[in-house]
Amino acid sequence: MLELKNINKYYNAGTVNEMCLFRDFNLKIGEGEFVSVVGSNGSGKTTLLNLICGSIPLDSGTILIGRENITKMPEYKRQRRIGRVYQNPAMGTCPNMTILENMALADTKGKSFNLLPGTNKARIDFYRDQLKTLGLGLEDKLQVKVGVLSGGQRQAMALLMSTMTPIEFLILDEHTAALDPKTAETIMELTDKIVQAKHLTTIMVTHNLRFAVEYGNRLLMMHQGETVMDKKAEEKAATRIVDILAMFNEISIECGN
Amino acid sequence: MTILLGILEEGLIYAIMALGVYITYKILDFPDLSVDGTFPLGAALTAGLIVKGIPPAAALPLSFLAGAIAGCITGLIHVKCRVRDLFSGIIVMTALYSVNLRIAGMRANLPFLSQDTIFDNEWTRNQVPDPIKPYILVLILAAITIICKLLLDWYLGTRSGYLLQAAGDNDTLVTSLAMDKGLVKVIGLSIANGFAALAGGILAQKQAFFDISIGTGTMVFGLASVILGTQLFKRFSMVRTTTAVIAGAILYKACVAFVISIRIVKATDLKLITAAILLLILVISDSLKRKGAHPHVGA
Ligand SMILES: Nc1ncnc2c1ncn2[C@@H]1O[C@H](COP(=O)(O)OP(=O)(O)O)[C@@H](O)[C@H]1O
Ligand SMILES: [Mg+2]
Repeated sequence: MLELKNINKYYNAGTVNEMCLFRDFNLKIGEGEFVSVVGSNGSGKTTLLNLICGSIPLDSGTILIGRENITKMPEYKRQRRIGRVYQNPAMGTCPNMTILENMALADTKGKSFNLLPGTNKARIDFYRDQLKTLGLGLEDKLQVKVGVLSGGQRQAMALLMSTMTPIEFLILDEHTAALDPKTAETIMELTDKIVQAKHLTTIMVTHNLRFAVEYGNRLLMMHQGETVMDKKAEEKAATRIVDILAMFNEISIECGN
Repeated sequence: MTILLGILEEGLIYAIMALGVYITYKILDFPDLSVDGTFPLGAALTAGLIVKGIPPAAALPLSFLAGAIAGCITGLIHVKCRVRDLFSGIIVMTALYSVNLRIAGMRANLPFLSQDTIFDNEWTRNQVPDPIKPYILVLILAAITIICKLLLDWYLGTRSGYLLQAAGDNDTLVTSLAMDKGLVKVIGLSIANGFAALAGGILAQKQAFFDISIGTGTMVFGLASVILGTQLFKRFSMVRTTTAVIAGAILYKACVAFVISIRIVKATDLKLITAAILLLILVISDSLKRKGAHPHVGA
């Protein structure tokens, strides 16, 4: 279980631009939950993910995984149990290394980066099988540098790489936003398949309301650093796109638009 | 012939340092100026140790170690004190100037002409057949440089080496792999400066003296070798980058020697020439890049 308790997060503290994004923010995410997060631009979705992963510091509050307090744990140590895919496909792979080398890197996560050969030849068939599940033909391009692949292909690899070794949490920040509709669909289906197969607790930020409704078992809507909608299980299952749109409208009326 | 040998000898020595610059500049994308201090550090330490009677061959790994420690300090200043990469290097380079003088016994130069070196010892004087003697320097140097290259190739193929490449390519991925990207940079800088100090130590043994000024322009030489080598051999994918860097160092040395050989140029103009040729290489490689970016211009 992931728990955020009484989180306060300021940006530009102590300057004229000081902004309190999260004030006494609380959120509990149970094991095996697949949470879709929607919300207007600037509502704090990315900041929320960054706080969970430790990419940015918080001003006060506590973050727990199970009973363990990880508030002070550096980002890279938290990543041991977290897989993360960014909106930008370039963030999840090494462009100047080959597909094979990238797969081997991902495979070494959680092990020691010592002086053993970087690529374990005995694992190549496993990498091929993994790449085959993408259906993009990458299994025949092991020696190709990842930098020449398309955004969609790279994002598919990033997803595969971030979930290759045992992890508990999957963090997705608009990971289909930079892709064309067809590729976005493919990546989304693949995401769901992996989440189900590995029983990952997942937080997925998306602007695609259909994805938010169709996938996952919990729906959060964020607005100005607060959760204005939180639907679980059956309630989530009954939610339609129109309901979310209605909520979006309500928020913007409150804001005086 | 002697000119050619001289070029090969110095080129091979500087090639070892250039392998280090390849790690920082090309792999880590870290403009590391500390090599201007670690190259003479290796030379000072080697001279100091040989004068004290330490076997010349043992002075080399110790030089590597000293350079690695200095590189580690550059890395820690950058990572732990959050000082910009360029400044971290400048700080260590400047500090090393004094350290080097101290190591050499508070003096700007330290000759050890009467001592044995890896090039001039009982074996090279008496065991090596006469016809080979003029080439023994080049042969020994080629062996050392090739060993360094093979070791670096091997390292880059290990898990740790993969991580080093990833750190330069996309350091977010290093974090995603649950590794400390700062530590990876520190390791890279250590190895790079180890190579620089080793090269300095070898140069000192070849000349049989240490001089504080040999460090000036090390970075320029390293950069020029890396850029020249990688640009020239870009199209040949079978040629390893490390090989290209070594070739780049020898070629660059040849260019400098050629310009120096023109009569109106004085030996004191050496650093001016070194810098000017680097500028030329940068300008040419940039214009080549531009051309490469628009393959259909005029088509
Ligand atoms: N590094 C930063 N410095 C200052 N303000 C920031 C920074 N990052 C985000 N913000 C502000 O915090 C708010 C939330 O941003 P973000 O979490 O990126 O929103 P979202 O991902 O929901 O679009 C925005 O108003 C944004 O301007
Ligand atoms: Mg965002």
